[in-house]
Amino acid sequence: MKSLIEVRQLHNQFGKQIVHHQLNLDVFEGEILSVVGGSGTGKSVLLRSIVGLNQPKAGNIRILGQTLQTLSAKERSKIEQQLGVLFQQGALFSSLTVAENIALPLTEHRGLTRAQAYQIALMKLGLVGLPLQAANKYPANLSGGMIKRAALARALALDPRILFLDEPTAGLDPISAAEFDQLILTLRNALGLTVFMVTHDLDTIYTISDRVAVISQQRVLVNDQIDMVAANPDKWIQSYFHGPRGRAAQQAKTTHSPGVIS
Amino acid sequence: MSNTQQPSLSYSSQGNTLLTLYGEWTLDHYPLLQQHLVSLNKTSHLLCESTRIDLAQVTKLDTVGCQLLINAFGHDYWRGWLAQSDSSISDARRQLLLTVLAALSHQETRAEPRQQTSINNALAMVGKHFSEMSKHSLQLIGFIGLSLSVLFTIMLHPSRWRITSFFAHLEQAGFNALPIVALLTFLIGAVVAFLSATMLTKFGANIYTVHLVAFSFLREFGPLLAAIIIAGRTASAFTAQIGAMRAHEEIDAINVLGLNAIELLVIPRLLALLVALPILTFVAMMFGIFGGMLVADTTLEISFTMFLSVMQQYVGLHHFWVGMAKAPFFAFIIVMISCLEGFKVSGSAQSVGEHTTASVVQSIFMVIVIDAIFAVVCMEMGW
Repeated sequence: MKSLIEVRQLHNQFGKQIVHHQLNLDVFEGEILSVVGGSGTGKSVLLRSIVGLNQPKAGNIRILGQTLQTLSAKERSKIEQQLGVLFQQGALFSSLTVAENIALPLTEHRGLTRAQAYQIALMKLGLVGLPLQAANKYPANLSGGMIKRAALARALALDPRILFLDEPTAGLDPISAAEFDQLILTLRNALGLTVFMVTHDLDTIYTISDRVAVISQQRVLVNDQIDMVAANPDKWIQSYFHGPRGRAAQQAKTTHSPGVIS
Repeated sequence: MSNTQQPSLSYSSQGNTLLTLYGEWTLDHYPLLQQHLVSLNKTSHLLCESTRIDLAQVTKLDTVGCQLLINAFGHDYWRGWLAQSDSSISDARRQLLLTVLAALSHQETRAEPRQQTSINNALAMVGKHFSEMSKHSLQLIGFIGLSLSVLFTIMLHPSRWRITSFFAHLEQAGFNALPIVALLTFLIGAVVAFLSATMLTKFGANIYTVHLVAFSFLREFGPLLAAIIIAGRTASAFTAQIGAMRAHEEIDAINVLGLNAIELLVIPRLLALLVALPILTFVAMMFGIFGGMLVADTTLEISFTMFLSVMQQYVGLHHFWVGMAKAPFFAFIIVMISCLEGFKVSGSAQSVGEHTTASVVQSIFMVIVIDAIFAVVCMEMGW
């Protein structure tokens, strides 16, 4: 399998606090990788480092075969256009309507007219399951779940190869969260996306991830399929996957397995 | 993206029409794809149900390519096409077409982009602004009444005085503003002295520079400049602080906790500025006159002692009190406007920006209006 993201010997540090030390991670084409870890273990920092929002102290990150820091602005933008990022709070531009949010990368990077971009934006809205009425609304008038979906539509605007999700189901009700999981799965299968997901949601981890990476002690402790990770003797992993919530999520998975196509 | 293959299509019409598509049907080639499909539309006999489409030669297909194809041939056609089991496409591509088809049929009705500006819109905007302006004035009067009633209630209960908050705002709005107020008024004092010097030397009336600088700074420039600087500096800060709290539902939290937002947020700011602005006004007067003195000393040969003795003799103390009397009024209206604008913020970051602008503009406007009213009243009273 081809590795789209290679993180090697990553070192991140804020002041005296070391977040990552000698962290290695691979993300392969077409997989859904979940990154888990306790609060403050640097999951979001890892995501930000990979997409180039955070300059690491040391180490090498190759994404789509390139190191972002060494590229010229133009080449870097070309790589960045193949990445879609769903931020935790959505980060929709509050001065633009939902449709304009989605159309923005299309008009900026692909030179489409407003009308063309608008038509594509409507299709993307359908893709993420938002009703047409949402198109001309401002983000302030949307519910939390709709903001997540609209932000996902914007992340998908340029048909990216890699999709980054930062806590995609946090703050959603269980039904919306389950729907969102299925949406990610469908999109991955239909669009051939590679998904890098930071999450706390055990149901999400059990339902849609192909592999799970556990960040602990400033590095990736294990990175494997869920069953292998859950069997790891590490204390944190044991209490995470075999605590009351972990067990419930595991049971839900075994009783009605939602056909994961891989 | 390297090795770009132009998309193209060809058709053969032996018996059933066969349409073969080649190349990359992706977003990168959007204009070309549309061109192809438009030219296809003109030869409309191709677009019938018996047409067969071959996607086997398509090297790349994304959601946008799918959308164009589906819109060109219609949803029903593709449903039929996908239902045929012998369609020679990969599972992934079938999934993609199905997903986009579902996304598009999920939205049958058409919505249009937002209307762009026209004369009607401009007229509507004017009307909207006027009706909003009258609404704002009413709101401001209501807010002033509300704040005053809370203020008088609190006065009787020393346990509800927010001492910490008061001093924090006093430091931010008053103490931290001292350098900028002092510097700006010093410069303007110097400029006024220069101006009067160039005019008055022509008539040999150098000495009247003292009167001009002293009168203008005690009565007008001192209070007005201090108030305008505070309106720009502190009104914006108050609006942004309260606006950000509003956007993060902190105001709602205050209300739900059974607390009074006006008591917690407005009154300490009001009292702090009621103390700070008179002090700043005094500083503004002193530094303005000092700037004038310095210029008088260097260019007009009016020494400091002479300047001060002329002031003492000819400039009455009541001018100072008239100037100082304005400061609390300015402070009051600045706090009322800036806090009200903060409470009006709704949700978005843009809203915070809009209301901060409105707060500064209205504050400065009201400061000048009040100053004009003072000028008329003082003139009639002969103060």
